[in-house]
Amino acid sequence: MERTTIDLWVGIFVALGLAALLGLAMKVGNLTTGSIGETFTVTANFENIGGLKPRAPVKSAGVVVGRVADIKFDPATFEAVVSLNIDKRYHFPKDTFANIYTAGLLGEQYIGLEAGGDEASLVNGDKITQTQDAVVLEKMISQFLYNKAAEPAAESTSSNDSGSASTKSNNDALGANPLDAITEPVKP
Amino acid sequence: MIKSNLFVGLIRTLRGIGHDFSKRIWRLGAGARLFGLTLAYSGESFRRFHLTIREVYFTGVLSLIIILVSAFFVGMVLALQGYYTLQKYGSSESIGVLVALSLLRELGPVVTALLFAGRAGTAITAEIGLMKATEQLSAMEMMAVSPISRVIAPRFWAGVIAMPVLATLFSMVGILGGYLVAVPLIGVDAGAFWSQMQANVDWQFDILNGVIKSLVFGVACTMIALFEGYDAPPTAEGVSRATTRTVVTSSLAILGLDFVLTSFMISM
Repeated sequence: MERTTIDLWVGIFVALGLAALLGLAMKVGNLTTGSIGETFTVTANFENIGGLKPRAPVKSAGVVVGRVADIKFDPATFEAVVSLNIDKRYHFPKDTFANIYTAGLLGEQYIGLEAGGDEASLVNGDKITQTQDAVVLEKMISQFLYNKAAEPAAESTSSNDSGSASTKSNNDALGANPLDAITEPVKP
Repeated sequence: MIKSNLFVGLIRTLRGIGHDFSKRIWRLGAGARLFGLTLAYSGESFRRFHLTIREVYFTGVLSLIIILVSAFFVGMVLALQGYYTLQKYGSSESIGVLVALSLLRELGPVVTALLFAGRAGTAITAEIGLMKATEQLSAMEMMAVSPISRVIAPRFWAGVIAMPVLATLFSMVGILGGYLVAVPLIGVDAGAFWSQMQANVDWQFDILNGVIKSLVFGVACTMIALFEGYDAPPTAEGVSRATTRTVVTSSLAILGLDFVLTSFMISM
């Protein structure tokens, strides 16, 4: 075959490959949406971050305004120190509230920012003081069971010590109210 | 008498194992040496770059049909199988993520490399083996033309260039195949398909790592094919055996390297 024809085909081949890579980056990957331009960094302390990971989105009103840059553990206060990279275009008041939310029931966790009313804005290196921890599902369930158990337990227990009372009433609760209430409607 | 026969048999078996082992080590060393020589002669071969372009045509452009058709079907099957399982959990919108991640991270590089070993690797081995059997390589040496810079290095670089391009095209066409099954055929929402994919596919961790994988596979596959051809006994039987060994060794090397690379990439 002519050398020029071969050159043409190879040129088309390589161009196709580059176009596919570009297509993957733009259409499939998050090169366009994932990268934020100029950012500033603020930190927030949480008692429990649940399953939050670096690169998780930071959202305000559902819009991605930044990403989690880094997560550290503070050995002095026993808290998690989360650094957030926030887009320079957005200004948040000093008293902004940072929550850890979960996307869907089992989805990934992200940080939600709720703006406060302060005149001054957060700047690079600031610390968000008002935070709310991640909701831990196990804690919530055990709290729910405990509360349910506490109602009949308050009537029946008289002189038992609290430890045995709670285990006993926990068992009662498991046998009686909450699980039945959950499972019953499922059965046809 | 019987005892000494047993003894002789044992000695023979051990000698066989030793011979086999040292031969394998020798071949590994010879392969590494050929790799080093290829790199050393690359500069010389780049001066005649049209030789490399010609080989890109034969190994890359002519492999396009098999790669693209396989990619299309792999993508469609992934979408069908994925939907079947995902719909049990009520998350059939995640099908785009499933198809894209499995293609970009694993199937794109690995299946492309396996097909490449079968389609282009065997051709390289047979060609070089026959060149050796018909003494074309010796003739080149007689004319003071290095067969490594003239024959081996262009084919090596052609493989290294072609493999990532083919793997990227494989992933792209596979995702299109998955889209065709998921959206028009099954009826998954097109917006959810693409947006979930974009939210969960990372440029560096998924796309770039896939390209790096295919680059490594390109080096391994092409080098194995070249070495088997260069080392083949100059007979019809020798060339046929070398061709078989190319496919077997390349496939094993690809799968082994894939595990090593994946564990590296995940730990980073």
